[in-house]
Amino acid sequence: MTPALHRAYAGVPVWIAVVAALGAAFVLLPLVAMVSRVDWAEFVPLVTSESSVAAFWLSLRTSVTATLLCVVLGVPMAVVLARTGFRGQRVLRSLVLLPLVLPPVVGGIALLYTFGRRGLLGQAFDALGVTIAFSTTAVVLAQTFVALPFLVLSLEGALRTVGTRYEAVAATLGARPTTVLRRVTLPLVLPALVSGAVLSFARALGEFGATLTFAGSLQGVTRTLPLEIYLQRETDPDAAVALSLVLVLVAVVVVALAHRAGGPSGVATRRRGS
Amino acid sequence: MTLEFAAVVEDRGFDVELEVADGETVAVLGPNGAGKSTLLSLVAGLLRPDHGTARLGDRVLFDVDGRGRGPSLRPHERGVSMLAQDALLFPHLSALDNVAFGPRSTGVPRREAGRRARDWLDRVDATGLAERRPAQLSGGQAQRIAVARALAADPCLLLLDEPMAALDVSVAPALRRTLRDVLADRTAVIVTHDVLDAYTLADRVVVLDGGRVVDAGPTRAVLDRPTTPFAAGLAGLDLLTGTARGGGVRLEDGTLLTARSADGLPAGAAAAVAVRPSAVRVSTGTPSGPTPSENVLDVVVTDLEPRGDVVRVRAGDVSADVPPGVVAGLDLVPGSVVRFSFDAGDAVAYLV
Repeated sequence: MTPALHRAYAGVPVWIAVVAALGAAFVLLPLVAMVSRVDWAEFVPLVTSESSVAAFWLSLRTSVTATLLCVVLGVPMAVVLARTGFRGQRVLRSLVLLPLVLPPVVGGIALLYTFGRRGLLGQAFDALGVTIAFSTTAVVLAQTFVALPFLVLSLEGALRTVGTRYEAVAATLGARPTTVLRRVTLPLVLPALVSGAVLSFARALGEFGATLTFAGSLQGVTRTLPLEIYLQRETDPDAAVALSLVLVLVAVVVVALAHRAGGPSGVATRRRGS
Repeated sequence: MTLEFAAVVEDRGFDVELEVADGETVAVLGPNGAGKSTLLSLVAGLLRPDHGTARLGDRVLFDVDGRGRGPSLRPHERGVSMLAQDALLFPHLSALDNVAFGPRSTGVPRREAGRRARDWLDRVDATGLAERRPAQLSGGQAQRIAVARALAADPCLLLLDEPMAALDVSVAPALRRTLRDVLADRTAVIVTHDVLDAYTLADRVVVLDGGRVVDAGPTRAVLDRPTTPFAAGLAGLDLLTGTARGGGVRLEDGTLLTARSADGLPAGAAAAVAVRPSAVRVSTGTPSGPTPSENVLDVVVTDLEPRGDVVRVRAGDVSADVPPGVVAGLDLVPGSVVRFSFDAGDAVAYLV
């Protein structure tokens, strides 16, 4: 931002700024409170205990896998929602985005009755000798379930903003639909795709309710970092605080990455002057 | 390659037949909403007609029957490139990669596509811009690259949708010259608002209005002897229509106009007189009666529009361009009753 823009008249009432400061304090104060309770002398041993490290790596592994699944499933979903029109599309969009507003524990129960041993698809999987519930796969599925809407939503919005003009030009130049998607559409919405993926990753990393319901809490198998923190809180509050700080740091890094991806390289919103 | 096109789009009131001969450039003129963009979208395959057929060379672009069924090639299968008002260069690719996009998309190897792209950049005088990103190009430069990109795809038919409309008047002439060169032997359809484009680039013009073809023919014939108010407006001519009558053209209000070549017109036929607004004089009061070679029209001024060093005095469909001094001297305002007069030698009469 140039200095001139800082000085430009903004017209923000004072009381708005005061309420905004209150809001910011409401978000930041709990973080400060938490950091103030960290037992720094014991910090390293606490976060490197066997159960903590296991939970950390499990969280990272499952969240990355869930994010990849979100991209693989979410990109086609966003393209279909943004570029096609069919009967019931609006209803379908609302339903697909339902996990966004659903309590995660409800999502976990729904997944259990789908992939659980007695579930809709679970019996078929069981016959094949595959058990999903209460496994690491279940963790990934739970995370994907809650994180997918973030990617679809952010990508669909970007696709609509970019519009179809570039795609039409590409088609008249002889590019088949798959080539257009790969060489024009996706590069144009890349910033939104990256920030959507980062958001999905963050949501997957913080997943608790659906994971606990659908995958349980087995150390090294399904006990992710949030579950570990919740468990430790009962027995060792210091460990819980230390691990919480680790999660906060990961979240800060993720937000910073998302900000960079969605920021200056935003070709999608660029408009050439006449 | 020859384009034969006939299509109907019911909800837009569009019903147009058009033929473009091999190597011919046809300019499509018409007011806003006349159906020009619909025409291009139909040919490019971005819009499906309710019914109609189109053939490009020996290929069927679409053949849709009355019930809306029938084959229709998808845009990428048609060999029809489109150049729009905005260059629409892909912002994430360099100028060179933009131009190479067409060949690459049809399976030309990278190296060969790059060579062709450089070739085309060369032909539109944009060699030095190869490595630039679209964001680093001016409007005129971008449109130049867009021309190269459209042609590098080696289209059988090129569609141009007001390619100069978004450009500064200072850069439009250079692009017009480029287009004249590249369109020379090419089958092309150009939609334009600018009569200069029609004169420079097109062999033939088609005038659309309300989704129908209202006038068509060689550029000069249509624009020098317009038969529709729209074509007359484009050509900058006043158009007065009536009936041929003994050496002149009688208007509906009974006024008899004389003009060049009026003698040869068969009496009773629908005819028109065209005259440049700059040849029309404006006077008030009742001066001495007209000389035999002078035409007079008693009109009411509807509008005054300054145009550089003249003022266009409009009275309904007829206009006169006069110096500002005359407007001030006659104290002209909308509503003034004035007499327009012009010499028979400055006007031309023809059948419509």
